[in-house]
Amino acid sequence: MTTAAAIPLPEIKPKLSGDDRIMRGFILLVGVWMVIAVLLPLYFMLSKSFEDNDGNFIGLLNYAEYFSTPALFYSIENSFFIAVVSTVITITLAFIYAYALTRSLMPFRGAFKVIAMIPLLAPSLLPAISFVYFFGNQGVIKGVLMGETIYGPIGIIMGEVFYTLPHALMILVTALSTADGRLYEAAISLRAGKIKTFFTVTLPGIKYGLISAIFVVFTLVITDFGIPKVIGGQFNVLATDIYKQVIGQQNFEMGAVVSVVLLIPAIAAFLVDRIVQRKQVALLTARAVPLEPKKSRGFDTAMGIYCATIAFVILAIIGMAIYASLVTFWPYNLTLGFTNYDFDVMDGGGWESFGNSLRMAAYTAVFGTAIIFTGAYMVEKTKGFALARGAIQFLCILPMAVPGMVLGLAYIFFFNHPDNPLGMIYGTMVILVVVTISHFYTVSHLTALTALKQMDPEFEAVSASLKVPFFRTFLRVTVPVCLPAILDISIYLFVNAMTTVSAVIFLYSSDTNLASVAALNMDDAGDVAPAAAMSVMIVLASATVRILHAILTRGLARRLQAWRKR
Amino acid sequence: MNKGIAVVEMTAGAGIDGRKPYLRINNVTKKFGDFVALNRVSLDVYEGEFVCFLGPSGCGKTTLLRAIAGLDIQTSGTIEQAGKDISDLPASERDFGIVFQSYALFPNLTVNRNVAYGLENRKVSKADITARVEELLNLVGMPEQGQKYPAQLSGGQQQRVALARALATSPGLLLLDEPLSALDAKVRVRLRHEVKHLQHKLDVTTIMVTHDQEEALTMADRIVVMNQGVIEQVGTPLEIYRRPGSPFVADFVGTMNFLAATAIGNGKVRMGNIELSAGNDGANIGEGTPVTLCVRPEDVMTRNVEADTPNAFEVTVQDMEFLGSFYRADISPRDDEKTVFLADLSINLVRDKNIIKGMNLPVAFPESRIRVFSQT
Ligand SMILES: Nc1ncnc2c1ncn2[C@@H]1O[C@H](COP(=O)(O)OP(=O)(O)OP(=O)(O)O)[C@@H](O)[C@H]1O
Ligand SMILES: [Mg+2]
Repeated sequence: MTTAAAIPLPEIKPKLSGDDRIMRGFILLVGVWMVIAVLLPLYFMLSKSFEDNDGNFIGLLNYAEYFSTPALFYSIENSFFIAVVSTVITITLAFIYAYALTRSLMPFRGAFKVIAMIPLLAPSLLPAISFVYFFGNQGVIKGVLMGETIYGPIGIIMGEVFYTLPHALMILVTALSTADGRLYEAAISLRAGKIKTFFTVTLPGIKYGLISAIFVVFTLVITDFGIPKVIGGQFNVLATDIYKQVIGQQNFEMGAVVSVVLLIPAIAAFLVDRIVQRKQVALLTARAVPLEPKKSRGFDTAMGIYCATIAFVILAIIGMAIYASLVTFWPYNLTLGFTNYDFDVMDGGGWESFGNSLRMAAYTAVFGTAIIFTGAYMVEKTKGFALARGAIQFLCILPMAVPGMVLGLAYIFFFNHPDNPLGMIYGTMVILVVVTISHFYTVSHLTALTALKQMDPEFEAVSASLKVPFFRTFLRVTVPVCLPAILDISIYLFVNAMTTVSAVIFLYSSDTNLASVAALNMDDAGDVAPAAAMSVMIVLASATVRILHAILTRGLARRLQAWRKR
Repeated sequence: MNKGIAVVEMTAGAGIDGRKPYLRINNVTKKFGDFVALNRVSLDVYEGEFVCFLGPSGCGKTTLLRAIAGLDIQTSGTIEQAGKDISDLPASERDFGIVFQSYALFPNLTVNRNVAYGLENRKVSKADITARVEELLNLVGMPEQGQKYPAQLSGGQQQRVALARALATSPGLLLLDEPLSALDAKVRVRLRHEVKHLQHKLDVTTIMVTHDQEEALTMADRIVVMNQGVIEQVGTPLEIYRRPGSPFVADFVGTMNFLAATAIGNGKVRMGNIELSAGNDGANIGEGTPVTLCVRPEDVMTRNVEADTPNAFEVTVQDMEFLGSFYRADISPRDDEKTVFLADLSINLVRDKNIIKGMNLPVAFPESRIRVFSQT
């Protein structure tokens, strides 16, 4: 007996099933995609920053030049200044707004929530154009600035606050609505005052959400390109510097250096956010009783007035852009009409660019969703293969740390490299779709993972026991059950593809001009009203798709009810 | 001593009704990193047998079941099914049906489609599938519910559907991982009988994981008691209950008195001043060895105890608890108040003899109902 126990037995090497092989193959494909669409371009960009114009390695010389040119490195300070101030303002405004939405019983909460999300539908240059009409040299209320110019930090910060508000709001609303009602009951029973309760219960409860929101906003602002481009005037930031170096001076090496400089804070913010997110998961597993806000006339009224003010400002900014697009010739001929929508007679790409944008967004939504959801499924459900899965998991969340400008520039270096056989996609629609999918990969991937994790983990085991291949179960069960999440992903990709400028600005060609880029270029050429008109078209397209999505989701929800409820 | 192997040697070849082993588990070890979840587990399961894996949470029951299914293949050791070595085969190449605690029914498919799921993939004609699904739903007692979705069914009904789905392809082996534990007590008791009945009718070799001893005792042909990654004992419910193979089993299954005693040779033990004959059980234990003496409360003899009854002694009733159909009493040997054990007293006895707290009465430990375990 004892001797038998002492002999070590040979290890069993599990045989792979056909399913295992296919799933591993898919995982490797996702890996290949990530390597080609993110890692290699970044590597090429990094090495470019160590090269001279002729491609010779010159060590840190470019960096030395960068840091000895005040015109360049002052932008670091500018970027941080803008990012910090915008973050403080956005988080403050968004926090009160989110608090009002979740903790008060003010009327019109639903409407306030929808209005606050509108900025998501607009390209980031839209608020900048609106501000020009409000506060520019011929602005309607330029007196408000008391002689300060809108073209500079003030304009940029105002634009960034508009643009980042919904992002912060989404995170904070989620954080505030997962509060545990029992803690508040405890606080009341201990006779803790309102202020004390706020600091001992509310703030600690949303700590992680708040930190996450801060880093998301910071990253969005520091990497944004559209707003400083339109309204920044002489005030340079890192993102516009990249553009100037590459497009203005054709100095690709310096563009690469600035990209690396911009990449550092973005990656730092990303890492902090990841660490915080991981902690938050542990926090949420506890069973909590949802908090029911109580009626309080004074508080509800105050909150209502606050939200109405913010909502009014948002609507005013959108409204001004629409108005600007309809005015024939500001400020001399105020007749309204559609002359500014006659894009075909203007430089910038014409109506064709709008069509291109729609196509690009549609391709991104369809292919992006298919790739990202399938990839997430494989990463989540494949058995064994832990090392590869871990690596892919990391690669899938990496794109979030890469600013769009940086990714776009990296694509030039990689795909335009004469020896790259993939160079054939350069200048085509394909590269625009690829860069957009990659740029917005992370959020979609995480959405897919969340949905997949809510499925019974034994579906695959049951299928295997019934000898049903996994892809059948994937198509017949996983996809239908996850359809709401899949729709969310596709709409997210569509809207972002419509509005993005930064990822595509370096990559469009004359055949594949896009609406958001056209708006930017028209603005650059002084055609501000047509730029506003194009931005309005983008908002219209995004809003239409959003509304369609809402209708579809509602219809779907009704059908799903059949197998959810009795 | 390696209990896993020792026990198997005891039972090997002794299959029920002379049937052949259908599943042979041989020295199966499963490690998660450095943690050993299963340590050289060996077991034969016979054709048509209903075996329960019973043990406390975390003892490795599910791990063993998943190794048998090929869902999490063991680190070492072999598994044979129907004479074929399946040790390294993936789940999809093994022959089994499985039911999970969560049921894992596909929420977007009707009951009919759920049950038909494994058939639709097998070149079976539509008409045959429909007939088979109907047959299965009848079998599990759910006729005419095929158009509903899982969420529209009660937990018990969902479990029946899961069972029907697992049986649809007529697997050689049925695996059940705590299939009843998510149900409320009444439904659970009813389903116990139904599952057992069904298993008997289909004669399908079945392994069920449970941590509920009552479930194991009522359903199983044989129970495999597991603890910390090894098999403690394998036996019929009666054997496990009557003759637990280790203090762990004695403690885990049913209620047991554990009393300190000393072996004094000739199969006898001494508990305080009382000498007791433990039969074969005490025979191999050397004189002077401290032992644990086990006896169940219901096995303490309280009627017709005479002076010449073997293993009789006088006790004092310390306390009595009324439990409906009987009394459970705390009892001490007379003049030894520190030793306390439980004994069940029937209502009749208490009434006839007018037993009350503090009273003395004679009891006996029947030799055949005593278990003695060496403490060393
Ligand atoms: N994937 C895993 N990684 C690491 N440890 C594991 C893993 N799966 C199981 N274990 C460990 O192996 C041991 C046995 O687990 P198993 O699930 O088999 O227990 P069980 O007997 O089924 O318990 P329960 O009654 O709680 O279901 C436990 O200690 C568990 O923590
Ligand atoms: Mg278990």
